[in-house]
Amino acid sequence: MNWLDRSRSIAPPGFNRWLIPPAALAVHLCIGQAYATSVYKSALIGHFGLSQTAIGIIFSIAIVMLGLSAAIMGTWVERSGPRKSMFVAASFWGAGFLVGAAGIFTSQLWLVYLGYGFIGGIGLGIGYISPVSTLMKWFPDRPGMATGMAIMGFGGGALIASPMSSALLKFFDGFNPATDGADWIASGNSVGKLFLTLGVLYFAVMMYGVLNIRVPAPGWMPRGWDPSKAKVSAMVTTKQVSAANAIKTRSFWLVWAVLFLNVTAGIGILEQASPMIQDFFRGADGNSAVNAAVAAGFVGMLSIGNMAGRFIWSSASDLIGRKRIYMVYLGAGALFYVVLAFFGGSSMLLFVAMAVVIISFYGGSFATAPAYLKDLFGTFQVGAIHGRLLTAWSAAGIAGPLIVNGLLDAQGKPGTMNAHNYLPVLLTMVGLLVIGFVASTLIRPVDAKYHEPEEALASSRKGS
Amino acid sequence: MPAQPHDAIDPAGPAGVPVDPSTGRLVFGWLLVGIPLAYGVITTLSRVGQLFQ
Repeated sequence: MNWLDRSRSIAPPGFNRWLIPPAALAVHLCIGQAYATSVYKSALIGHFGLSQTAIGIIFSIAIVMLGLSAAIMGTWVERSGPRKSMFVAASFWGAGFLVGAAGIFTSQLWLVYLGYGFIGGIGLGIGYISPVSTLMKWFPDRPGMATGMAIMGFGGGALIASPMSSALLKFFDGFNPATDGADWIASGNSVGKLFLTLGVLYFAVMMYGVLNIRVPAPGWMPRGWDPSKAKVSAMVTTKQVSAANAIKTRSFWLVWAVLFLNVTAGIGILEQASPMIQDFFRGADGNSAVNAAVAAGFVGMLSIGNMAGRFIWSSASDLIGRKRIYMVYLGAGALFYVVLAFFGGSSMLLFVAMAVVIISFYGGSFATAPAYLKDLFGTFQVGAIHGRLLTAWSAAGIAGPLIVNGLLDAQGKPGTMNAHNYLPVLLTMVGLLVIGFVASTLIRPVDAKYHEPEEALASSRKGS
Repeated sequence: MPAQPHDAIDPAGPAGVPVDPSTGRLVFGWLLVGIPLAYGVITTLSRVGQLFQ
C-alpha cells in the first residue's frame, strides 16, 4: 500500500504543524485504554470463573509486549515513517480487541491472552513510539512540549475509557439502578460486546491519525526559528547517533536507570492508591475515615495528576533543561515521599497534594524521555532509541509491584494496616529516587566516537 | 516569487477574505481529541469531588 509510505506522507509547503498533535493524540488516547482495564476485570473473573492472577495475566502480557515490540520494532518504525507504523498499530490494537471478544464469547481464555495481550500489546508498543520522533521534527523549538502533548494522551486515554466502558457495559446489560445494586458486576457477554465496540471505535479514531500524520520536508524549519540562534547547551547535541550505537553508551543506560527508578517509585503509589489512602486514615478502632467512593476519587485525582504532569513538566523541560527537570523529578520526588511517609496521615489535603505531585513527576518522566534522547543522540533514530528505552517501563512494571507487595505482605493483612505500616515501602521508594538522582547527575554528552559520519547521514537522507 | 511555507492562503474566501484551508481541519482535529478528553476529565473530577466533602 504505497499511500502508507514515508515518501507519500511528506507535508506540502504551507502545511500547518498544529495538525500533527491531534493526529498523534488520536493514537495515544486510544492505546491509553490499557490503563483502564480494571473496569471489567471483575466481570472477566466471574465469566471465566478464575482467579485475579489468571485474569491479570491478560494485562501483564499486554504491557510486556508493549516494551518488547517498542524495542524490537523501533528501527522499523523509524525507517517506515509514522503513517505506516500508526496503521500497523491501529490494525493490531483493533484486531486485539476483536480476537479478545471471540475469546470471551467462546469462553476460551487463551484467545483473550492472544488477542488483547499479545496482538493488542504489539499495537500498544508500536502505537506508543510511532508519532514521537515525527512530533519532535515538527517542533524542534519545543520538543518537550510536543512529546508531552502526545504522551499526555496515553494518560488521558484511561480517563476516557474508564467511564465510557462503564456506561457501555451498563447499556449492553440493560442495567437498571432500581433493581441492580451498587455491587452489580457486568456479564461476560457485555464485556465481549464492549471489546467489539472498542475494537471498531479505536481503529476508526486511530485511522484519523494515520490519514492526517505528515513528516516535514527535508530541511523544513518553523518560521522565524533559526537553529544557529537557539540556546546552546553542552547537553544538546547537533550530532546524530544510531540506535545500535546509542545502546553502547553509558548515557543511554543512565537514562534507562533513571526512568526505571522513577517509574518503579511511582508505581509504589499507583498500585496501592485505593487501599493506601484508606489505611493512612484508619482510626484506633480499626475503621477507616475513607470509604471506597472517596478512595475512588483519590485514584481519579492521581489519574489527572499523571496526565497533567506529562504535559506540564515536559513543556517546562524546554525552558529549564532535561537534566535539571529529571533532578527535580527525583530529588523533589524523594523529599515529597519523605513528607508523605512521616506527615501524610496528619492531613488529607497534605496526603493528596504530595501523592498527586509525585504522580505528576511519574508522568513527566515518561513524557520528557524522548526529548532527552533527542538532546543526547539527535533525531536520526530517536524513535528506535526511545523504543529500546521503554524496556525500562516493562522492567519497572514487574519490579514495582513485587517490591511494594512484598514489603506490605510482611507488614500485615489488607484492611488492617495503618500509616506506620507504609514506612518501609515509602522509604524504599525514597532510596530508589536518591539512587536515580545520583545516576541523573552522571549523565554526560555522548562521546564523539559514537556519532554518525556525515556521509552516512547524507546517503540515509537520500534513501528515505 | 515562489510560495513560501506558511503562505498557503486560499484567496477564494467569501467577499475576498483570505481563508486558511487548514483552519477547518485544525478545528475538527482538535475537537475530535478534545471533546472525549474533556468528557474524561469532567467525569473524573466529579468523582474527585467526593474526596473533600
